[in-house]
Amino acid sequence: MTPQPNALELEDLVMHFGPVRAVDGVSLAIPKGRVTALVGESGSGKSTVGRCVVRLVEPTAGVVRIGGTDVTHLSRRQLRRHRSEVSIVFQDPAGSLDPRMLVGDVVAEPLRLSGERISRRDREARVATELGRVGLRAEVARRYPHELSGGQRQRVSIARALISEPTLLIADEPTSALDVSVQASVLNLLADLQRDIGFACLFITHDLSAVEYLADEIAVMYLGQLVETGSREQIFTRPAHPYTQALLAAAPVADPVRQRQRQPVLLGDDLPSALDPPSGCRFRTRCPLAFDRCATEVPAQVEVGGGKAACHLVQPDGTRPDVRTADNSEVLS
Amino acid sequence: MTTVESPGAASSVLGAPVLEIRDLSVSFTTEGGTVSAVDRVSLDLAPGEIVGMVGESGCGKSVTAMSIAGLLPSSARISGSVRLRGTELVGTRESVLRRVRGKEIAYIFQEPMTSLNPVLTVGRQIGEVLQVHERMSRPAARARAVELLSLVGIPSASKRVDNYPHQLSGGMRQRVMIAMAVACGPKVLVADEPTTALDVTVQAGILQVLRDLRDRLGTTILIITHDLGVIADVADRVVVMYAGRVVERAQVTDLFAHPLHRYTAGLLSASPTPGKHAGTARLQEIPGLVPVLSSQPDACTFADRCPAADSQCRESAPPLEVVGTGGALAAKDHLAACWHPCPAPRTQPQETDL
Ligand SMILES: Nc1ncnc2c1ncn2[C@@H]1O[C@H](COP(=O)(O)OP(=O)(O)OP(=O)(O)O)[C@@H](O)[C@H]1O
Ligand SMILES: Nc1ncnc2c1ncn2[C@@H]1O[C@H](COP(=O)(O)OP(=O)(O)OP(=O)(O)O)[C@@H](O)[C@H]1O
Ligand code: SF4
Ligand code: SF4
Ligand SMILES: [Mg+2]
Ligand SMILES: [Mg+2]
Repeated sequence: MTPQPNALELEDLVMHFGPVRAVDGVSLAIPKGRVTALVGESGSGKSTVGRCVVRLVEPTAGVVRIGGTDVTHLSRRQLRRHRSEVSIVFQDPAGSLDPRMLVGDVVAEPLRLSGERISRRDREARVATELGRVGLRAEVARRYPHELSGGQRQRVSIARALISEPTLLIADEPTSALDVSVQASVLNLLADLQRDIGFACLFITHDLSAVEYLADEIAVMYLGQLVETGSREQIFTRPAHPYTQALLAAAPVADPVRQRQRQPVLLGDDLPSALDPPSGCRFRTRCPLAFDRCATEVPAQVEVGGGKAACHLVQPDGTRPDVRTADNSEVLS
Repeated sequence: MTTVESPGAASSVLGAPVLEIRDLSVSFTTEGGTVSAVDRVSLDLAPGEIVGMVGESGCGKSVTAMSIAGLLPSSARISGSVRLRGTELVGTRESVLRRVRGKEIAYIFQEPMTSLNPVLTVGRQIGEVLQVHERMSRPAARARAVELLSLVGIPSASKRVDNYPHQLSGGMRQRVMIAMAVACGPKVLVADEPTTALDVTVQAGILQVLRDLRDRLGTTILIITHDLGVIADVADRVVVMYAGRVVERAQVTDLFAHPLHRYTAGLLSASPTPGKHAGTARLQEIPGLVPVLSSQPDACTFADRCPAADSQCRESAPPLEVVGTGGALAAKDHLAACWHPCPAPRTQPQETDL
């Protein structure tokens, strides 16, 4: 028996926009029916990875495989076959919804593009079901995108992505505009559908708490590269890379008394640029633990606790640094 | 519309509100019928105050914010009053509003891509604000634009200033909006979800930029966010909206220590805390959908989703007022619109000195 091909595989993906090294060698595999979260700071290249997968931009180098097929060099026409298998929810819902189309037509568009013959009644029913799933009332179908609130627009783009029942969903910040309760229901929905339909998902976000419940694996990106990958369990309980640790420690807590007493891990404010990444470890300009070797030597990916991390202080025997010892910040509970 | 008093009257009194919103109502006409988006919202913003606004998606936060400086589309029907230091803004001429916007009231919009001009570099866009409102020369404006971009944490600001919006990541665009909004040191800053696209380490820096603006220039900030952690961090007071109405208003510590309205209580308990959800079966949500209203009924609009709803809730709309729970009266500036407010939490809320 041959092993099942992965839903998505990236091999040394590189995407440069002129001098901007947006993605610089990312390798990643998502098995069928699993969810991998891609987390990292603003500008680290997360959306660009997603855009490479659906070939909205042509990767500079590297390989993208969808369901085992190398799609990196397929023609547009050959790609179309994969279109209905892969859906994307864009980060900026307002910019990705056609302002002249009614919401109902926006959501039904993937059905039209797939060429599936379906009566008007059935189509309207499916649109209503899909809108209902994301917590919108059916009458919203008769409005234009600009007649909705930000969070409602975001849910419209989720409904559009799900209506074709994709096998791979690229979700770029799908819940960033949603309040906690609606966010919870959308995440619950994704988890349910994911269990029922079994799609695989690349969940792009800067918000670790949004993926804690959903993700099987977490990949942490910094300035075009992955600095740590591991199971959700591993990342939340024993993060190895100083950047991952800082991300976890900086999340604000919903308690004004505690929040104002906290001292987050202070990262250096020398923000590096994808136009001119630092030598050696790219995190070194902000890392509280950086030492001389970090400037001269690129840290290799080291296996640790079932995952991988790229830091000189991480060792295969499980030794890992702790940024919280570098200053007087609050200890994570 | 109320009569206009002498513009200086309110501001000469210390602590008099910079912005007074009174009985603001907004509805829209759409192909699918009338949508009532905001219902009789009243709110005062004091100088140098940071007020947080929260509420479920679609409850009218952005519409309230946009109506302050006349930014709603023509399909909107607006009633009520918004006064900036005594000057009425509702129904005012566009030429007056244009002068107010940018210089006195600045906005950070929820969706940066749609509010940035795609054919101008970000440097030109920030520069134009400075040239128009601060009468800076073009080179001076450009230099200031670079400073502002690095202030909001954009790396290689001197190179990024020549980028077009599509060349930036989502979070960078959001920070360009913030740079533009703080450029002229506005009296009032309306920040609609200013940090949604930013990770926590960058977000902390942006919140600091906002706090500095308040501390340095006494800017009043209305911050709309669904992130209760952000509210807990920066807000002095909080306003909770539900289906177009203000349902609760309190000092930030009071609200978190003892939410009175049932919707607020649900919102607080649905808030995710990192590290607490792994392995849980389901995330907590408030069951049911927020209603889409064509008119505002004389009832509590949360009743269909509320565990404590009774016939009174369905037959008359609760007024926004100071409410008592089990003998203990809430703080005098803690108002809620609920017939059966939540009882005080078991652990007595601690007196906090802010
Ligand atoms: N079309 C483009 N032309 C030039 N540079 C680009 C283009 N698209 C993206 N970039 C650059 O690539 C880098 C990565 O951008 P990307 O949008 O992938 O970041 P991101 O991780 O999604 O960030 P965010 O969380 O802010 O959305 C940024 O430096 C950005 O300026
Ligand atoms: N131009 C418009 N035409 C018709 N309805 C509108 C228009 N703009 C907003 N609405 C409706 O008014 C209500 C309030 O919208 P608003 O944008 O204020 O919500 P919000 O509280 O900001 O939500 P979110 O958190 O999702 O941004 C929503 O039901 C929305 O659909
Ligand atoms: S390699 Fe050095 S700079 Fe990079 S994360 Fe590790 S300690 Fe910090
Ligand atoms: S007024 Fe009644 S229905 Fe409304 S929140 Fe209070 S208890 Fe619930
Ligand atoms: Mg992005
Ligand atoms: Mg909004």
